[in-house]
Amino acid sequence: MATAPRFWRENPSRYNLVGMKCNSCGRSYFPRRAICPVCHRKSVGKIEEIKLRGTGKIFSLTEVHDALEELVLQKPYVVAMVEFDEGPKATGQVIDCEACDLQIGTPVRVTMRKLSEEGPSGIIHYGYKFVPIKEKAP
Amino acid sequence: MRRVAVIGVGDTEFGELWDSSFRDIGIKAGLAAVADANITADKIDGLFVGNMSAGRFIEQEHIGALIADYAGLARDNISATRVEAAGASGGLALRQGFTAVASGLHDLVVVGGAEKMTDVSDEESAMIQSSAADQEWETVLGATFPALHALIAKRHMYEYGTTREQIADVAVKNHKHGSMNPKAQFQREISRETVMGSPMVSSPLRMFDCAPSSDGAAAVVLCPLDQANKYTEIPIEIVGSGQAGDYLALHHRKDICTMEATKAAAKRAFAMANLTQKDVDIAEVHDNFTISEILAIEDLGFFKKGEGGKATEAGLTGLEGEIAVNTSGGLKARGDPIGATGLAQVVEIVTQLRGKAGKRQVKDAQVGLTHNVGGTGATAVVHLFRRG
Repeated sequence: MATAPRFWRENPSRYNLVGMKCNSCGRSYFPRRAICPVCHRKSVGKIEEIKLRGTGKIFSLTEVHDALEELVLQKPYVVAMVEFDEGPKATGQVIDCEACDLQIGTPVRVTMRKLSEEGPSGIIHYGYKFVPIKEKAP
Repeated sequence: MRRVAVIGVGDTEFGELWDSSFRDIGIKAGLAAVADANITADKIDGLFVGNMSAGRFIEQEHIGALIADYAGLARDNISATRVEAAGASGGLALRQGFTAVASGLHDLVVVGGAEKMTDVSDEESAMIQSSAADQEWETVLGATFPALHALIAKRHMYEYGTTREQIADVAVKNHKHGSMNPKAQFQREISRETVMGSPMVSSPLRMFDCAPSSDGAAAVVLCPLDQANKYTEIPIEIVGSGQAGDYLALHHRKDICTMEATKAAAKRAFAMANLTQKDVDIAEVHDNFTISEILAIEDLGFFKKGEGGKATEAGLTGLEGEIAVNTSGGLKARGDPIGATGLAQVVEIVTQLRGKAGKRQVKDAQVGLTHNVGGTGATAVVHLFRRG
């Protein structure tokens, strides 16, 4: 069982979508990383924290029927790779929808949810999941 | 750099080997390789062991020493090194052995790979396998290891029109090859309908799209090419070795339908060997999922990007095809004891190049390739072999 700090230290990114921007080349990354993979050492001292807006589009998706133990009660559930509007991609669950309503290109936004819990009296882990953005009626 | 040859190969059956422990299978494969090379233990001066996760599968670390010990080499104080790169552990161990002999640091090296996966529950095994992906940014967020490959499959179907049937044909072919391999975990032919009617794992991938969990081990013996004739009539030279890496998490890659690590490792191996794709007769590629073989045959340069599904459907990767792929049955049917897999690939290529592959023998095979992947493509190792 993981200790609390392991999850706690990632909270800025998991709760608030904190990523980084390299001011040497202008590229954005999520989550944070210390070095830009394009600029290498030139990026040191030029990394700026950014907060992603949390909107993007589904780049690929799957419905998971054979889940890992801690998510077994949620199955089947949808996992998507989402491309954020700022460029970086991330992987997470898509909820409050049916798999059949989703496709590559469907717009989604981030929502904060419970990811898992460590037993009935253990720590509850929170983080991002995605929900489809309903198109407004004209 | 010295030229290096494989002079002996050995392996165990792959499957649920309830009666055998990790050390049992490790020793069995090693002994078979040493017997095949016709050498005695006192000649061995180095051991490399590919293994992904003995620490979690059998709660045993320090397995380089363990295998050397039970191989009867403790009193010889040989150097024993464990090598880990998830699914690519075996291929990477071979590369370490190759480097050790090529450099002149070692003369006679045994490279083994082993994994004992069935001493834990299926749930635990799935957790351990998922640790080849990014725990913090993929697994914790709900992505299983099959789910990540399903994301690749879905995108490949979207971008290139690859069909569900074409993906199933990888499993059909590899089970057909497995039916001719007495060491394979699955030796029964299956149909497209079997694949497409099997339980859903992570859409569009079903149970028959996934390689099984297996216990098993494989080993090879290496020596300098100019000494190989002392031990064997048919030395198989390792003519190319390439290794490459990429982002750990799938979502950071340039293109999830292309394994850049495979492309880079292949480019390096072909350059070292001074060979091209057209020279290759047989290839053992990393089909931990059916879609992985489609990516592999494209990224290794055998077929154009997007054409892997069509090529498979057209039978171009069968025993009589343009290039025979996974003649052993691959990870899908031969089995996938993770750390052993990269070495089992070498055992098959060497067996084929020696002309000893029985019913599944590819006629007049001269050049073979192995392709071993870690995680969803963060490590790739490619080797090229030629009959000497």
